[in-house]
Amino acid sequence: MSTHRLPAIALALGLGSGAAFAAGPNLGTPIEPAEIAAWDISIQPDGTGLPIGGGTPAQGAKIFAQKCALCHGESGKGGVFAALVGGAPLIGGIDTPKTIANFWGYSTTVFDFIRRAMPWQQPRSLTDNEVYALTAFILAQNKLIGEDDSMNAETLPKVRMPNRDGFIIRFPDKI
Amino acid sequence: METTPSNRSEREREKLEVVAGNGLLDRRAFLRGGAAFAAAMTGYTLVGSAAAEPLADDSWSREPGNLVPAYGVPSRFEKNVARTLSNPKGEPRTQHARTPHHLLNGTITPNGLHFVISHAGDADIDPEKHHLVIHGLVKRPLVFTLDALARYPMVSRMTFVECGGNSAPMFSKEPIQASVQALHGLASCAEWTGVPLSTLLEETGIDPRAKWLIAEGADSLALSRSVPLTKALDDAMIALYQNGERLMPGNGYPMRLLLPGWEGNMNVKFLRRLKLVEQPAMSYYETRTYSQILPGGKAYRFYFVQEVKSFITHPSPGLALKGPGYYEISGIAYSGNGRISKVMVSADGGQSWAQAALQGPVLSKAFARFRMPWRWDGGPAVLQSRAWDEGGNVQPTRAQFVAQRGETQKVPNVLAFPNQHYNSLTSWAIDGKGEVKHVYA
Repeated sequence: MSTHRLPAIALALGLGSGAAFAAGPNLGTPIEPAEIAAWDISIQPDGTGLPIGGGTPAQGAKIFAQKCALCHGESGKGGVFAALVGGAPLIGGIDTPKTIANFWGYSTTVFDFIRRAMPWQQPRSLTDNEVYALTAFILAQNKLIGEDDSMNAETLPKVRMPNRDGFIIRFPDKI
Repeated sequence: METTPSNRSEREREKLEVVAGNGLLDRRAFLRGGAAFAAAMTGYTLVGSAAAEPLADDSWSREPGNLVPAYGVPSRFEKNVARTLSNPKGEPRTQHARTPHHLLNGTITPNGLHFVISHAGDADIDPEKHHLVIHGLVKRPLVFTLDALARYPMVSRMTFVECGGNSAPMFSKEPIQASVQALHGLASCAEWTGVPLSTLLEETGIDPRAKWLIAEGADSLALSRSVPLTKALDDAMIALYQNGERLMPGNGYPMRLLLPGWEGNMNVKFLRRLKLVEQPAMSYYETRTYSQILPGGKAYRFYFVQEVKSFITHPSPGLALKGPGYYEISGIAYSGNGRISKVMVSADGGQSWAQAALQGPVLSKAFARFRMPWRWDGGPAVLQSRAWDEGGNVQPTRAQFVAQRGETQKVPNVLAFPNQHYNSLTSWAIDGKGEVKHVYA
């Protein structure tokens, strides 16, 4: 092995020091977590990434009527776009529309998607409290939590979705 | 016809060239030279002179032509070669633009005809202001500008991108009468050029706890998908160029994650963030949209691979045959598991098969063009193709596929997505007039 390969090997082994990094193009700029915070919005199923704050179904109902019902119908029963409440049993097979209640495996996905993508015309305009409240409202409408249950970083990941165990990893060897 | 030594020998040679039912000819017939091929074509050559009058110069031959444009576009006579749009007014829902496979040939999809699915429109990104952040379980979080990435050592590779929902109309219990564009237009193939993701991860370093990365776009949905780190270190690329020019907006300008052979939606467009994590995010698109319900009610998760598939593009619905005689059957085959190793073609609905010629070079996880000479006798025929990849995977028959994956109880709208990851056979029926219909055979 020739000596000029050594820096790359060191990196591969995780032994890279500042000097070793200099071996590559090294054109990235170091960045601090605080600088990434506005973009760092991924929530994981165990709750990792959930922000501080919280909200109740009652709070969510008001926000929903103002900002969501136009597309998703009154109380999320479906309108121009997808219903957020209800859903037929999946034993109907491929003809069954997927809904939060009958399909989604994790409650954290509800929070994550509202926060990153909704409302359609003004994504990322909701406060974290509003996202918690809307998440609580939708989960309560689906009777997955109680009418008075507040959703926050502690409670949300503990909501067990009905179809949590309904999935088969297609190609386990690819993971 | 009176039998003479001459035409008897022609007919014997012709018999040699026919390799399967309903007029499929040996794929090597061309290579063996004019005599053998001409023999196979006996009786079906064009008759008489096409021109009733002597040839003369047309107007374009008698005056100088048009100004050469700064950026060329196809001839004005090719305006029908276009994508079909599912949401042409841009209503607040997903837009799909499908590739017209039946009007193209070869293996490269021109950039303006590459399929696009935009779940919230094409982001209009100023490349000067775009950044790519790599953070999470890394030793050193880094942010890259486009200018910085463009200075890294680059690689180019041909690869297809296919939507997980391509061919979804084939889940219909009855064959939907639609073109190959409508059925299979959410797959395209291009040469992509960019920076191997492994190069950038070498510079950030990887915390040994990292098993996945979450890829996220700069579009209004901040579309995000979880990708196993093994794929990221295998052949993933930060793609900056598409067929030699910068990515088209619909394909993720100024940069996208390219995961050769994997579900289109995972090839995150407008890429702005990669976060290394221990567990998948279970994002909306991975646990809802791109998870597939199975008969009985369970669902697949993390399908990822676009499995081996082929379909005939010529002829296909809309490309009627103009009288008996010679035609080339050709189409596209590809596999997210590697190279295409073999394509078989049938003209009698699967009763007999013959091996098609594969146009080289046949590349891993890229479109391969197959070709099969065919002499149509003017009678009914059912054309099918079936592909194998180098991993030994084969396209399932429709019966095999439906048994595992199901079909709809009613005929869905052709634009609907009753399910995903359809890779069974496509069958085209030719009637006595040469019209082509979609059938299940």
